[in-house]
Amino acid sequence: MVAVVPTSSAKGAVVTRRKSRTGYFLLLPGMTWLAIFFAIPFVTLFMTSLQAPVPGKSGQYTPAFQLSNYPDALAEYWPQFLRSFIYAGIATVLALLIAYPLAYFIAFKAGRWRALMLVLVIAPSFASFLLRTYAWKTILADEGFITTFFNYLHLLPDDRILNTGIAVIAGLTYNFLPFMILPLYAALEKIDPRLLEASNDLYASAFKTFRKVTWPLSLPGVVAGTLLTFIPAAGDYINSELLGSTKDRMIGNVIQTNFIEFRDYPTASALSFVLMAAILVLVFTYIRRAGTEDLL
Amino acid sequence: MGERLQRNVEDLHLSNLTKKFGDVAAVDDLTLTIPAGSFFALLGASGCGKTTTLRMVAGLEDPTSGRIAIGEKDITALRAFQRPVNTVFQSYALFPHLDIFENVAFGLRRRGIKKVEPAVNAMLELVELAPMARRKPTQLSGGQQQRVAVARALINEPDVLLLDEPLGALDLKLRRQMQIELKRIQTEVGTTFVHVTHDQEEAMTMADTIAVMNAGRIEQLGDPASIYELPHTVFVANFLGQSNLFAGTRVATNPGMLEVLANGVKFLVPTARNSAPGDEVIVGIRPEKMTVLDIPDREKVPSGNNALEGRVVDVSYAGVSTQYLITLAWGQNITVFEQNVVVGDRSSVGDQVLVHWSPEHTFGLAGGETLLATTAQAIAAGV
Repeated sequence: MVAVVPTSSAKGAVVTRRKSRTGYFLLLPGMTWLAIFFAIPFVTLFMTSLQAPVPGKSGQYTPAFQLSNYPDALAEYWPQFLRSFIYAGIATVLALLIAYPLAYFIAFKAGRWRALMLVLVIAPSFASFLLRTYAWKTILADEGFITTFFNYLHLLPDDRILNTGIAVIAGLTYNFLPFMILPLYAALEKIDPRLLEASNDLYASAFKTFRKVTWPLSLPGVVAGTLLTFIPAAGDYINSELLGSTKDRMIGNVIQTNFIEFRDYPTASALSFVLMAAILVLVFTYIRRAGTEDLL
Repeated sequence: MGERLQRNVEDLHLSNLTKKFGDVAAVDDLTLTIPAGSFFALLGASGCGKTTTLRMVAGLEDPTSGRIAIGEKDITALRAFQRPVNTVFQSYALFPHLDIFENVAFGLRRRGIKKVEPAVNAMLELVELAPMARRKPTQLSGGQQQRVAVARALINEPDVLLLDEPLGALDLKLRRQMQIELKRIQTEVGTTFVHVTHDQEEAMTMADTIAVMNAGRIEQLGDPASIYELPHTVFVANFLGQSNLFAGTRVATNPGMLEVLANGVKFLVPTARNSAPGDEVIVGIRPEKMTVLDIPDREKVPSGNNALEGRVVDVSYAGVSTQYLITLAWGQNITVFEQNVVVGDRSSVGDQVLVHWSPEHTFGLAGGETLLATTAQAIAAGV
């Protein structure tokens, strides 16, 4: 009896170990991908950001530990950094203001049109990002309807929209709007309409019900949507490139020019790292402040 | 709490209340007064209009026509959040982002009451959930969530508390426990409770007054015992408990007693217990009022009792009672419940038996209705 028991339990142990390994195998493709295309380039990029120029040879750098690349890059490009966050911030707020009522309508009022409306939200994504941004060049052109209209009302400081910060923000808002709508919709759609009835029954007017029930319950969607809009918008350079002037350049443009035109790889790498770090810090503070951890 | 008892609670009046969805009247010209402080049950199968009635009282559904008033005050035009009425929802609908304390405090806070702690704590005490105040609804069991829903509604001291199938999601044992609990709370606070349910046993155990609803109308209204003992329609006879029904024709009217001939058998029905206006009468009797005898014991049947002969086709022993299914000469099956007070001596399948009962338990219903249609309706509704 005593001899038999350990044998059988040992067999059981083998079986369970094999089972738990399957999970790791499933992770393998993703982890490999991440290692080759993220972890290794990440390290290379960091090493590049510390390189020193080879004297007399423009565009050539040697491995070094030149930490001063960071303060130097920041000193030179902080206005573009600041502008990136301001533009991305405004675009995120605008996208939220546009997306929330739309997502609310689709989730609660659209009925049988719901699926069609969701398709319409993502339909523009079937055309290329670049193409759509070019289209905005025409939409916001100086002689275009929109510019003429706002000029008629004397609302434009420079009498134009194209090649101003307004155009860049408009482009960012437009391009990242679906990333705001979809998580908001997903969060709102999950809300049980009976909760709204219960709130109504408990002396909350429609407005109070929104403030005390709908809004807090949709916070996970708000957080997800704002992050999915803000993060890519802050690093974007296409909108600024096509719709803005040189005065409206964002940090993405600076990194791009430093890499492609100036071939100043250490500065471009250092800026990429600072951007990444800044976004991480912002995101963590934001999630903390929104207090959505236990809602998710 | 003490103030509540001195508060002038008033009756809830529904007058000619109608709600149409398209062409279908979910609630059809309903007029009803629910006395202040009573435990009132709206009983019916699903789709009978009971929930729609409740939602109209809550203000969550607008009536097509008719009027809702509490005492003299017409509340028909008031929005849900303006009505002195609160609801315990079927799914509880507790706010998942708020803890139990805040769920219960919700109504008070919305009315701008600043100091909510004493009232909330007292209410949590009443439903025995004080230690759970800081938990989230998902951390509570079904029965506890149910009590939070009751507390959240009751704390507002509504004129009327509406309960929409509040025990539907609970298992049988817990449901029995909550029935007693709800009854206790109602007695303690004295608020008018309007309870919607499809469970006839639940309605009978809890309510002072039951309104049996069918197809948007009230079939019968009264206290549980009087409805059960003397149903007025075939629907009520079949929906509230079980009945054996025989369609027949009135052949004679003696003082205080009708004679009805059905399938060649003569039945006696007290005039006072007959609700059929014409000559077509459906004779009804509850299964537990009947006694089963062996054919040779015929002389034991008291004179003046109604009696039938039949053959036992099924016997189920259910502890407290034995259930017989008996086929009569004309092929109709009847059910008889016999209390298991005698040891042994039970009829068995295939026995020819005599079933008899006293006329004083017999009731007469208006004829012309099909006996099976209503049963089928009740079965279709999952009752």
